[in-house]
Parts: sequence; structure tokens; C-alpha cells
Amino acid sequence: MPNLKDLKIRIDSVKSTQKITSAMKMVAAAKLRKAQLSAESARPYAERMETMVAALAKSFDGVDGAPELLAGNGKDEKHLIVLVSSDRGLCGGFNANIGRFARNKITELRAAGKSVKVLCLGRKGRDQVRRDFGDAILDTVEDLTKNGAQYNDANNLALRIRTMYEEGEFDVCTVIYNKFISAITQEVTPLQVIPFAVAQIEDTAKEAQDDELKALYEYEPSEEEILEDLLPRNLSVQIFRAMLESFASEQGARMAAMDNATRNAGDMINNLTLTYNRARQAAITNELIEIISGAEAL
Amino acid sequence: MSDTVLFELVSPAKLLLSEEVEMVVVPGGEGDFGVLPGHTPMLTTVRPGIIDIYENDKVVKSIFVVGGFAEVSEERCAVLAEEAIAVDELDRDNAEARLQKATDALNAAESDVAKQAAERELRAAEAMVAACDA
Repeated sequence: MPNLKDLKIRIDSVKSTQKITSAMKMVAAAKLRKAQLSAESARPYAERMETMVAALAKSFDGVDGAPELLAGNGKDEKHLIVLVSSDRGLCGGFNANIGRFARNKITELRAAGKSVKVLCLGRKGRDQVRRDFGDAILDTVEDLTKNGAQYNDANNLALRIRTMYEEGEFDVCTVIYNKFISAITQEVTPLQVIPFAVAQIEDTAKEAQDDELKALYEYEPSEEEILEDLLPRNLSVQIFRAMLESFASEQGARMAAMDNATRNAGDMINNLTLTYNRARQAAITNELIEIISGAEAL
Repeated sequence: MSDTVLFELVSPAKLLLSEEVEMVVVPGGEGDFGVLPGHTPMLTTVRPGIIDIYENDKVVKSIFVVGGFAEVSEERCAVLAEEAIAVDELDRDNAEARLQKATDALNAAESDVAKQAAERELRAAEAMVAACDA
């Protein structure tokens, strides 16, 4: 029979855990709203940019001399993976899922004889990959999403990635991030940014394309020059978007995880209270029996 | 055909401005250009400078943009700018500090990519200082 005092302490401790998880849930819910809002307000820019890239890329279809950021350098030997994760834990399967995906991808690429480097955004993603592929990790960028995703950070990252590309440190760059589907679902999504895969965006931009690509644009200056200018910025935008989506996903995942935890804590408190009451009742019955049998003995 | 054109100013973070205007003058990569309704479709780069919005042949709004792109169609003019600040809110000290920083960055830049980025930033800062005087 568990001791009454121990049970009481146990119940109190679960109660305070529940308070923490439910507070975290509410914080995550508030942050999620904000994150969703900023993801939505970033959409117009990204969409227009995609339309422009699609329009320009079309004019380079099958033509030599397209810029390298679009067409690639013709090699497929060295891969760079940008792993977008969170700095903090307690968000359910958010980091575990993306970590698993990244590890599988690295194993797959290595098996095919390619070299792989990883750039981690967020501490937790690094922790996931470090054990098996510690040698592949180039660097970890932390505190990116402290105040929500900032375009400046994305821009700096894009600059860094481009510098590495120019120096020939990799041939193909893929961003892996959690795509925000709804508050409770995220989807691990790989997005190839260098060379930029136009096919991926064709679906989203299709409607716009049908309308607008038919109208022939005049280009000023030439297509090549615009594209030269556009592609680096497109890279920043893609990274920015991955960061925004990932941040919203993180908050959603944390909200769901904390909701679960709060509910589990509630169940646990109920069970413990039941045991506690039973134990108390048993103690009282015991005392009564003792008194009655004592009286009878007289 | 309507006698206004839909002008949209978009930054990576959000849609800053979306309104019907009579005419808008954008600092294009190859020189300023004005957009009136029925403009021929065009894609162009935007250099750092001031966008003027006209109503009744008068400038009603001036916005400083730090480079970007413009997409013009018959009834729409969308400017994608990395940064945009209303000219009234430009701060001279701020702009000069930025110019200084950009100069330093250019001197410190080693790789080609970093140099390009620093040069772009320098041009933006120069235009910003110039915009303060205007």
C-alpha cells in the first residue's frame, strides 16, 4: 500500500508539470498564430518571384548558356544539405522526423558514392545528425528563429551558400525543412535550391503562368542579366520561406505535443487521486476496525 | 480600360502596398520609367532609388526602395523590393552609418560573391543618402 504522504507529493508534482505544459501549449498557440501570419504575408513576394523565375527559365529551356544557379554546373558529386530544425526541444516528433529523413538521405547519397556536407540551422537538427555523421557537419547556425524568421538572416545564409558554391565546395544544394500543412501536421520536405528545380514550382505557378506567360514580356535589361540578378535573390527567398514554414511547423508541433502532455498529466492526476482516496479510506476503515474490536474485547 | 493601374509594392516579409494609382514612376535598372494604364508587359530590374506615385500630375507618395524587380502588365505594376521606406521616414544618420558599413564590408570582402553583395549594398546606401537630400 503506497504511503499517503508520498501519493500527495506525487499528485502535486504532476499538477505542477501540468501547469507548465499547459502554459507552454498556450505560448506555442500564440506564437503559431504569429508565425502563420508572417508565413502568409511572405507569400505574395515568393509567388511573384516564382512566376518571374518560371517565365525567365522557360526562355532558357534547352538552350545552352543558362546561369549556373539555374542549370547547375553539370556535376552531381558533392551535395550540400541545409537542415532546418529548431533550437528547442519538447515539440513532439518535429526534430526526430526531420533528423531521420536527413540521415536516410545522407546514407543514400553516400551509398551512391557522393560526398555530403550538412549545414544545420537549429541546434536540435545537429544533435540528430551528429552521432552518425558528425564528420559531415559543416557548421550550425543557432538562434535564427528567436524572434521569428528574419529575411536578413536568410539573405546572409544565401550569401554564404553562394560563396561556397562559387568556390566549388558543392554541386547540388538541398534544403530539408518541415512544411506546414496544418497546426497538427507537418511534412518533411526536401527542396532543391541549387540548381533551382523549376519543375517543382510549376504547379503552384501554373495558373499564373497560363495567363501571364502568354503575354510576352519585354525584358530590360536582357533576360540573362535579369536572371543573374533574380536567381541569388530567389535563393534567399526560398531559404526564407523554408525558415518561415519550419518555424510555424515547430510551433504547431509543440502545441500538439504540449496538448497531449497536458491531457496525459490530467489522466495521471485522476488515477493518482483515486489511489490516494482509496488508501485514505482503507486507513480509516482499519482504524475503525481496531477501535471496534478493542471495544468488543472489553 | 480603366484609367488607373494597380500598383503593388511587395517585400519578402509582406505586401506593403496595393492600391490603384494614376501613374507611378519606378527607377528601373536602365533608367526611370513611368507606368500608366495599358503599359506593355515588361520585366525589369529596379535600382536603389525613389518610387513616385502620381495623382492629378502631382507626387502624392514617395517611397525609397533598395533595388529589386518590377513586373509590369497592362493593368498592374508589381515591384518586388527587398526593403522599402517612405521617403519622409528616411533618417540621414542611419543612411550614412549604413554607407560606412557597406564601404567597410566592400574593403573586407574576399570572395567574388561577397564583393558583389557588398557592392550592391554600397550602391543602396549611396542612393539612400542621396534620397535624404532630395
